[in-house]
Amino acid sequence: MWDNIMVLVAAPVFNIQLLLDGIFIGAIFALAAYGLALVWGVMNVKNLAQGELVIMGGYFAYVATLYGIHPLWALIPAFFIMFGFGWVVYKLIISKVIERDLFTSLLATFGLALVIQQGLNLAFGPEVQTANSGMAIRSIFDGLVTVADIRILSLIICAILAGAVVLFMKKSRMGQAIRATSQDARAARVMGINTERVYAFTFALNAAICGAAGVLISMIWVIQPFYGVPHSIRAFVVVTAAGLGNLPGVIIAALGLGVAEQYSGFILGAEFQQATVVILLILVLMWRQFQMSKTRQVVQ
Amino acid sequence: MTRNVKKIPFAVLSLSALALALAAPANAKVEGDTITLGSAISFTGKYSTNGIHAKNGYDLAVKQINAAGGVKVGGKSYKIKVVYYDDESTPARTGQLLERLINQDGIKYILGPYSSATTKAAAPIIEKYKIPMVEAEGASRSLFTKGYKYLFAVLSTSEQYLASTLELAGEIAVKNGKKASDVKIAMAFEGDPFSQDVRAGVVEDAKKRGMKIVIDDKLPRDLNDMAATLTKTKALRPDLLLVSGHSKGAVTAARQIAEMKINVPMIAMTHCESGKIVTKFGASADDILCPTQWAETLSYKGDTFGTAADFDKLFKATYEGYKNVPYQSAQAAAAVIVWKTAFEKAQSFDTEKVRDAISAVEISTFYGNIKFSEAGNNIAKPMVLRQIQKGKYNVVAPAKWASSSVNWPRTAK
Repeated sequence: MWDNIMVLVAAPVFNIQLLLDGIFIGAIFALAAYGLALVWGVMNVKNLAQGELVIMGGYFAYVATLYGIHPLWALIPAFFIMFGFGWVVYKLIISKVIERDLFTSLLATFGLALVIQQGLNLAFGPEVQTANSGMAIRSIFDGLVTVADIRILSLIICAILAGAVVLFMKKSRMGQAIRATSQDARAARVMGINTERVYAFTFALNAAICGAAGVLISMIWVIQPFYGVPHSIRAFVVVTAAGLGNLPGVIIAALGLGVAEQYSGFILGAEFQQATVVILLILVLMWRQFQMSKTRQVVQ
Repeated sequence: MTRNVKKIPFAVLSLSALALALAAPANAKVEGDTITLGSAISFTGKYSTNGIHAKNGYDLAVKQINAAGGVKVGGKSYKIKVVYYDDESTPARTGQLLERLINQDGIKYILGPYSSATTKAAAPIIEKYKIPMVEAEGASRSLFTKGYKYLFAVLSTSEQYLASTLELAGEIAVKNGKKASDVKIAMAFEGDPFSQDVRAGVVEDAKKRGMKIVIDDKLPRDLNDMAATLTKTKALRPDLLLVSGHSKGAVTAARQIAEMKINVPMIAMTHCESGKIVTKFGASADDILCPTQWAETLSYKGDTFGTAADFDKLFKATYEGYKNVPYQSAQAAAAVIVWKTAFEKAQSFDTEKVRDAISAVEISTFYGNIKFSEAGNNIAKPMVLRQIQKGKYNVVAPAKWASSSVNWPRTAK
């Protein structure tokens, strides 16, 4: 461990590689996390199938490459088909559990996650898949740092998507309805907002965002039917750390998580890279608990 | 009255138990002119792809042996038949199904499941019933350190998978005027039993040769990113990079090695074929070394199938959709050949006599030579090392079987 830290001190250029890799991948985490925050905030459903929605999106890119289409084009069908999928899932499953207690919705979305995993396994088999963007790779600092163009592009796409969602929430009628519903669903209903439609739209939008994130993931990392779980956990860590309805917080937490993973992979070894996510979750929860305990009042 | 009511179920139970006990030998392993082998193997779940490769190998060998007159015991010809159950890729299920094969179906001769994990679950059961098993798909070294007497494996054990690359790296270092002990090794292995066995073989061999291990990372099960490990590789400039983490390890490594322009002179990884890295990454996978149990280009030869190339041709003609014949199928077929040889040698169907005959088997096959050690693993066949050269897998080591010379240093971009 100390040897690895010394490497970073002696050759600081490698810090740049770790930072860049972390930021590029963190941007994609931010998308999935923002979707989770949306669903969580508006309908108080903690979606355990978040990572599976991401992986589903990834298979759009993989299928595109099978037909010789550039995987980036898969963004469009992934976004819209996943939107439709989200809508159907809402109507079939989520709408039945939305009024129930926390455990019912957790169980329902966990079940959904299992069904998606096994469905993808049946459809595509258990092999690891990728989608090759075939884009150039840039070397800087004499090849000590490399940056794939696809990573830069995916960062830009993430920024555009995030910006579009923010604009949509601020300016459009549906966006305003979503925000109103998240503030007070009952009041929104009294004001004539069809909250059922708002819920369906929110869940569908989340699925669409995840789908887009999945397309990007499949061009940078690898996908497999059972790889959704780490993505779900990452989304939970980011949202727990940033809080609901705090988009800048989500972005900063997600980028931070990406960088933290790269550093722990370098310093502690690859086996700790994913463990970092879970350790951070525990730390964040402890910190939250500590914060709350300061403001907690005891009713005698 | 009440007493009678209680007695009836007991009577029924003991009768049915008696019936079962009597029925078992009646369904036995050799009926008429058919010898029945049994196997619990993965048709569904995470091992399904390779499980089916193995089944195809078993079936092809059975077909070929039967077509050539079957197994000759006591002047009579017997046909072979295999009873399969799907173990759903779960070791616990493999154990249950073996109990069922042995107790209910009366099978006395077992063909192995797919994977080390399921074979580990099968081994204690066959030991308990003293039923011999010839397996072809469990390479873990730990299978052969427990003193099992009825377990035989035709394949090379897992610690040999990447150890051969150290010898090659050492030879190249000497050729370039350096010492073999100057070789620096970076390695990343998954935490599962198979990959850790591969690692143990490398560590042992590195110690023997005095080579230094500069990176020793453990890859997670849900591996999809190893950029941090590769950044470290760039910083420490090793002479040899080794990766083993099943297909996901091969795919992730091949992708990121290209993406990060890692220029280690020699890179080796397991599961190149099952990860399909050549189809996925094309030229950027060139010059990667991949160990294999078997290759169709080897000059191995035997009675049942002829040469390795003959097997390759027959297999492709029999099963549609195979561009390359997986070694999993080849070694499965070799396991059936071992059974045939053992029956003919024992001239008996007694499990003890057949077991002793298996342990004395010494044959050449299309899959390589087969001779079992005391522990049950095949010690007559080496692992071979292939290098991806212009998208083709060419054997480069050991020298005796090599069809091409190794490209060093690796130049693929």
